Amino acid sequence: MMNKIKRVIKAGFLNFTRSGIISWAAVLVVTITLSTITTILLLQAILNFSLGEIKNKVDVTIYFNVNAGEDKILSLKQSLENLPEVSQVTYVSRDEALKLFRDRHENDYSTIAALDEIKDNPLGAYLNVKAKEVSQYESIANFMKGDDALVIGSSSIVDKVNYYQNKTVIDRLNNIISGAQRLGFLITLILIIISIIITFNTIRLAIFISKEEIGVMRLVGASKIRVSGPFMVEGAFYGIIATVVTLILFWPITFYFGKSMTNFLGINIYDYYISNLLQISVIILLSGVVLGVFSSIIATRKYLNK
Amino acid sequence: MIYFNNVSKLYNKDSLALDDVTLTITTGEFVSVVGHSGAGKTTLVKMILADEIPTGGTVFFESINVFKLKNKDLTKLRRRIGVVFQDFKLLPNKTAYENIAFAMEAVGKTNEEIESDVPHVLELVDLSSKMHHFPSQMSGGEQQRLAIARAIINQPELIIADEPTGNLDAINTFEIIQILKKINDLGTTVILTTHNRGVIDSIGKRVITMEKGKIVRDDKNGKYVI
Repeated sequence: MMNKIKRVIKAGFLNFTRSGIISWAAVLVVTITLSTITTILLLQAILNFSLGEIKNKVDVTIYFNVNAGEDKILSLKQSLENLPEVSQVTYVSRDEALKLFRDRHENDYSTIAALDEIKDNPLGAYLNVKAKEVSQYESIANFMKGDDALVIGSSSIVDKVNYYQNKTVIDRLNNIISGAQRLGFLITLILIIISIIITFNTIRLAIFISKEEIGVMRLVGASKIRVSGPFMVEGAFYGIIATVVTLILFWPITFYFGKSMTNFLGINIYDYYISNLLQISVIILLSGVVLGVFSSIIATRKYLNK
Repeated sequence: MIYFNNVSKLYNKDSLALDDVTLTITTGEFVSVVGHSGAGKTTLVKMILADEIPTGGTVFFESINVFKLKNKDLTKLRRRIGVVFQDFKLLPNKTAYENIAFAMEAVGKTNEEIESDVPHVLELVDLSSKMHHFPSQMSGGEQQRLAIARAIINQPELIIADEPTGNLDAINTFEIIQILKKINDLGTTVILTTHNRGVIDSIGKRVITMEKGKIVRDDKNGKYVI
């Protein structure tokens, strides 16, 4: 068995080296496909990074009345943290709120003077809530509407929730994000399908040239796997060499973009490429090898049944 | 050994390649099938390999109906038959050595057997010096000798030589026929198709003459009569 596998691999390697320009044409086409996949991976990273940045800027703040007790607020914090949609809740006490306010307005003398005049701290505590997804803010807001713990006597301890002020903006942002993700997925799908069709046809053409040869091998009494095996190995070689070429090619390309476009993109694409090199290599190697082998199987199958 | 039972092959309405052929070939025979181009010689021998499927009738190889064989069993049958074609049908991307080694690998021979047998058979057809040449680097006669070497390497029970001398000059033709006779003398059944009068007359064995898909003569020690 091992001997058979060795023979098939050796025959595939010899086919590859002896087919000359045809092999390199196939490698070129697979390289273009893998470059498309790599470009898509990098663009997805840029898109996800940008969307992540935007999402991170969105939050909801719950402002409490000045007389709201800290224990109530902390128990609300606790129950908010228990919600699956919530990623982080930050509590800012009344004193901290005042300090932050003073810091923010330290050059605004009239405001600071007015504040000093009041003496008492006029600011309420607040909770800053970040959701895991932008679409989840509404349900968090609804949760607070329905929470009885927020009511003392007949009045609520919540002064206002800025979700309702920002609702339109958050909704629009949510639409843009999901739209961008859907469009990105669609473009990825179309590009990958086109690349696969082109690669498949190139490999099919390369095998078409060997049509006669396949017939002769069958007449000599070779089994199907002995005939198609070397073509599958050859297809795998296309994938492996194209992977190496693609990885080397993207080194200077990402370096250039990393150097000149980091400010614009917000992410250093070269750093991203280097730190994710292993994952990217595995993805494109698997894509290349599967594509090469699969195309070879389909292409040889047609000539094998004789 | 081989039995054709009322075999017909119709390619289309106007082209009848075989017309109700019944024929028996026994083990150890040297049978020449002659006739003009289009007489049905090649179709006849391709039937034995199940490389052509008949419109009617059956072909038996010993007790096996070759058209009833599954893919795997057909492969096994083909391993018992060596084939030589007019256009050689060598593997262009493999050297002389590799072409023969491939046929041995196909039947599951070990590396040691391949390493010892291939140089031997190449010597037999006088191609030792061309061992590492590709078919494109060899003459027509050399390519045909290589094709014969490949056909006999696994000691088949039957050799089918379909117009093996069609592309060769007189000297090479003579050499090829001598090799085939030698193989037959060693006990292998040989079926040779040709339209070369000189070849047939020099062999002096059974001759089957075909015309328009029919067998019109079958002589035990025949000559070329058309």
